[in-house]
Amino acid sequence: MLDIKHVTKVFFPGTVNEKVALEDINLHVDEGDVVSVIGSNGSGKSTLFNMIAGTFPVTCGTITLDGKDITRAPEYKRAFEIGRIFQDPTKGTSANMSIQDNMLLSLKKGMRGIGFSLTNENKQLFRKLIEPVGLQDRLEDNVGLLSGGQRQALTLIMACMAKPKLLLLDEHTAALDPGNARIVMQLSEEYISREHLTAMMITHNMQFAIEFGNKLIMMDEGKIILEVSGEEKKKLTVPDLIQRFREIRKKDFASDEELLTEAD
Amino acid sequence: MIEGIFVEGLIFSVMALGILVTYRILDLADLTCDGSVATGAAVAAICITNGWSIPMAMLLAFFAGILCGLCTAAIHNNLHIPGLLAGILTMTMLYSVNLRILGNKANVPLVRVETLYDIFPEAFSFIPSAFASLAGTVLLVLVIKVIFDLFFRCDMGIAIGALGGNEQVVISLGMNPSTLKYIAIGLSNGLIALSGAMLAQYQGFADANLGQGMVVQGLAAIMLGEFLFNSNRISLITLRVILGSIIYKGLMFLGRRYGYLVGITPNDFKLLTGLLVIISLIVASTRIKAAEEKAKKKAVERVMGGRIDA
Repeated sequence: MLDIKHVTKVFFPGTVNEKVALEDINLHVDEGDVVSVIGSNGSGKSTLFNMIAGTFPVTCGTITLDGKDITRAPEYKRAFEIGRIFQDPTKGTSANMSIQDNMLLSLKKGMRGIGFSLTNENKQLFRKLIEPVGLQDRLEDNVGLLSGGQRQALTLIMACMAKPKLLLLDEHTAALDPGNARIVMQLSEEYISREHLTAMMITHNMQFAIEFGNKLIMMDEGKIILEVSGEEKKKLTVPDLIQRFREIRKKDFASDEELLTEAD
Repeated sequence: MIEGIFVEGLIFSVMALGILVTYRILDLADLTCDGSVATGAAVAAICITNGWSIPMAMLLAFFAGILCGLCTAAIHNNLHIPGLLAGILTMTMLYSVNLRILGNKANVPLVRVETLYDIFPEAFSFIPSAFASLAGTVLLVLVIKVIFDLFFRCDMGIAIGALGGNEQVVISLGMNPSTLKYIAIGLSNGLIALSGAMLAQYQGFADANLGQGMVVQGLAAIMLGEFLFNSNRISLITLRVILGSIIYKGLMFLGRRYGYLVGITPNDFKLLTGLLVIISLIVASTRIKAAEEKAKKKAVERVMGGRIDA
């Protein structure tokens, strides 16, 4: 499904600011896999997602999605197959447009013609889709009026409407309060299992990381330092993870412990 | 006299609609306008003096405007420079291009040739010619407005709106933002050039300096319109722009007519237009602040049960 081979990313090469953000990353994700990604700030999690989504080009290495080499494809072309949700709830929706206009745009991927898709039939569909988050009577309201949690839920629904092959969740609950974070998390899991999506999720919440999905990778200093899956992952606990990190990196966790928070 | 203001305002509003696309919908300050309005006038004037039909001349002016817009969009998209600078570049280059189109003359008169404003009085011969010009212009602007409204309610138009609000959304939806910018900036300048073509025919000449300060005047019209009423609906937003344009032209008329009483001459108009834009911005921001104050006061009253004296 997703194959990342020897991907390296160097920012500002050849300058004093040169920084190796990713170093020889190799990762294989099978169809239907749900991977949680953890690691402290600056460990390269977000850079990895940026490489997969195509926000910046890789320095070297290849990325293959579903048998297709997408290493050089621009971000908007990869978006046909990859859905992405950002930490910032304002990034996934257009604030100065109504909910229905936003949803209308997510019906399909690619360039739009001059047709009119805002039919009653589609409005019914939108109504049904956003009923789980209780927005069904606010289709004509501007998205800017919604709370962060509602916006993130809407973004999730919109991302799933186009049935992406791969869903990237980039700390998508980090900006929400614990209650809303739970709701959005539940919604994510529901959609992923119902639509049989392949997904990757970055989180700082170790509890979420353990509960979510069948695979877990831990990153540090631009490398994947731990990969756990299947039965082994089911048995994992938060203290286990911290212990494993200490063993591998042989360094004190003190400063990172605050970043890798336990359950809410 | 009064019909003249309306005709001028309506012609001007077509340009303001073009500016609306870039400035308000796409959120990209495009200065190409100062050049493309003159390009439209020049193309139309040359076509008409060379015996082309008027609809053909206006269509060509529209396409010439689209080309100007595409040029700005290409500079902006490919060289990754801000839209503002891309627009200034195109505008500056267009000044020379416009002189070329006009045959290296600063202006080309449209006398002894039939223009739109000879045809309108013929078509509406049952009413006085000044009103016929107005009726014809109203019809033309109405058609442009309806097409404009429809376009911004179709899927592509909504996508352009989304691009103005949030570029990442458009990328996530698998659309190339550069393509949408080509379309939007192109159409915007097409409308602006069309307005220039109408203006040349109305005033009876095309002038290479026609476009000077047009962006600021267009902004003034848009902002004046925004004081009239609040709305998110595109049909009302365009109506607002048209009304704002007429009001702006009305103000300029008053300035020309009675300005001498307070010592204002037409030379001061650019300064006054700029000040008008600045005042509009100040009023708009104080309005927002006042609304916030009011909301705060209400909230405090709710919490305190109206028991505050301070």
